[in-house]
Amino acid sequence: MVCHRDIYCVDCGVLVGGVMSLRSPLGRVLGLGTAKDGTAHWWGQRVSGGAMAVLGLWFAWALATMPGFSYAEAIAFIGQPVNALLLLLLSVTMAYHSFLGIQVVIEDYVHGHGLKIASLVLSRFAHIILAVAAVFAILKLGIGA
Amino acid sequence: MTVGFIVFVVWLFDAATGSDAYAMFLGAMDTTAGCVLLVGWSYAFFYHLSNGIRHLIWDTGRGLEIGQATASAWFVIVTSIVLTAAFWWVAS
Repeated sequence: MVCHRDIYCVDCGVLVGGVMSLRSPLGRVLGLGTAKDGTAHWWGQRVSGGAMAVLGLWFAWALATMPGFSYAEAIAFIGQPVNALLLLLLSVTMAYHSFLGIQVVIEDYVHGHGLKIASLVLSRFAHIILAVAAVFAILKLGIGA
Repeated sequence: MTVGFIVFVVWLFDAATGSDAYAMFLGAMDTTAGCVLLVGWSYAFFYHLSNGIRHLIWDTGRGLEIGQATASAWFVIVTSIVLTAAFWWVAS
């Protein structure tokens, strides 16, 4: 067995021994640090959470005071311009807030690197599909097809 | 919460699809399991809302002592039960 570990000078970082590599010391470390988007994620989660508190309470109130849930009553409710606008905001905000939350769960609890990446991509696709489906349904009923 | 979000989108999409699809959705919700899930989601929503506000208060650096955190935990549990009960009282 041959050790393939390279040896670098501790003072200047120049390769002084081991297997020669064409990659520079800088090239080896680029991309291995933090992505530096943690603060944006933290703020996104809190601001979308604040928006969800308002929109979610509106929707809870709207559901509780709805006269009924028959087909006619449902499409009449969704088709009202103010309701349609608030439902659009609710759907997009909820998809974003849910995506950020699920992302944290995946990053913390899915341990295999490949499985983690696959789960993150799958979650992103699923949330985009849900948001687009909701927007399409609201616009169809709001504009009146 | 995310599963509740999926059901919310299915409700919207079935309403946009037509009366047959919407009737199937209503039929699924109008079962014992459907009612248990709807009550569960309403409690999950009010708990998530209350605990989210608790986290926002923590983010300002307040209420982080063990005694305060335990007290706010109980406050969140009681508040979410009261809000869930109020929601279904208004709805019925």
